[in-house]
Amino acid sequence: MSLDLDLMIHSIPAALRGAGITVVMWIGGGLVAFAIGFLVALARRYGGRWVRWGLAGPIEILRGTPFLIQLFLLYYGGPFIGLRLEPYEAGFLGTSIYGAAYFSEIIRAGFEAVPRGHVEAATVLGLTRTQTVARILVPEMTLLILPSSINMMIVLLKETAVLSIITVPELTLVVTAIGSAHFAFVEALLLLALVYWGIVEAASALGRGLEAGLARYRMV
Amino acid sequence: MSWKYFELLALGAGVTAIISALAIVFGLAIAVPIAAASLARNRLLHRLGRSYISFFRGVPLLVQLMLLYYLLPGISINLPNTATAVVGLALCTAAYQAENLRGGFLNVAPGLVEAARMVGLGDRQILLHIRLPIAFRLVLPAIVNEAILILKSSSLVSVVGVSELTRMAQNLSTSTFKPLDMYTMAGLLYLLLNWSIAAGGLGLERALHWGRR
Repeated sequence: MSLDLDLMIHSIPAALRGAGITVVMWIGGGLVAFAIGFLVALARRYGGRWVRWGLAGPIEILRGTPFLIQLFLLYYGGPFIGLRLEPYEAGFLGTSIYGAAYFSEIIRAGFEAVPRGHVEAATVLGLTRTQTVARILVPEMTLLILPSSINMMIVLLKETAVLSIITVPELTLVVTAIGSAHFAFVEALLLLALVYWGIVEAASALGRGLEAGLARYRMV
Repeated sequence: MSWKYFELLALGAGVTAIISALAIVFGLAIAVPIAAASLARNRLLHRLGRSYISFFRGVPLLVQLMLLYYLLPGISINLPNTATAVVGLALCTAAYQAENLRGGFLNVAPGLVEAARMVGLGDRQILLHIRLPIAFRLVLPAIVNEAILILKSSSLVSVVGVSELTRMAQNLSTSTFKPLDMYTMAGLLYLLLNWSIAAGGLGLERALHWGRR
């Protein structure tokens, strides 16, 4: 096994494009997932019994089935109910929905970890529900959910590799294609593994730094 | 959906369950020495353990599986696809389980170890009769959790050509043109398996509750 340096250098532009798509799916999908998760957590907290029950089912299903099955259902099953999506669209939507289920649980737990007395105090002082959420719950829980949110983002980055199976031309698909075109599969995959490893390590170091930097604002 | 398709999917679910169970057991076996290495005072051992954990937790499982699938024949180890899949899943879950074991080991109450020392137990006895059993009980919920994660991740071994649940659903949806039915059914079977693991885990936790206040 010899590493072909020339091949590696020529593959850099294509690999960078793939990495770009990976980052879009990861950060973009992750942000949308967080936003949906936040709304779902709010709806579960304030929406009454039927909303709570109605949302618990889908979340359980999304968290209990493989991401790959969800993607297949969306991408190959979608057209049968009039949902014809490009791989990019299916990938982005899939990542957002999948991530939203996990983020909604993280945020729900965050809400619950805010001491009841703080919320009651806000009510007694005459804060509206919106004010209570915006000024008490969100600021207090932000630091609490930071570690699990960072962890979830790292999980999502690794899950984006699965998008290659529904032919989203992200990093994994591009690099394995280069590898198979040049009969250098092992080299390509090794490089790919190292790149992901690097990104994950960098992301977790960033997360740890963020946590340490924000620790002094901790209220709960 | 006809009964025949359901039978095939259930067969796939069986393969999924077996692959995941083997991966969890082998993974635990690999995790013990890795956790020990990562706790070791020897700097080299510690570095090795940490690197293993960091690598296998930092690389997407899909990439690990493909790498293994192409790497093994390259170094003239020829395994059947299913065995490669089990090895791949086990190597990955070992990293997560090692991290859990390490946490459990560090969380054994120091008072218990001190009490054992006071009544005259040696280091080896303390390890075997106090530290390990308590650590194992502490990490049991995490192992159950990991089993659920591995069950879901095992869908990725469909890519290296193992006819488990996901692959079966894939094959059936191309041959019947009914992807909605097949993948929905497959999803339900995954849910069912996960609920069984969760229920079994709860039962096991209760059964191991003895002697605990």
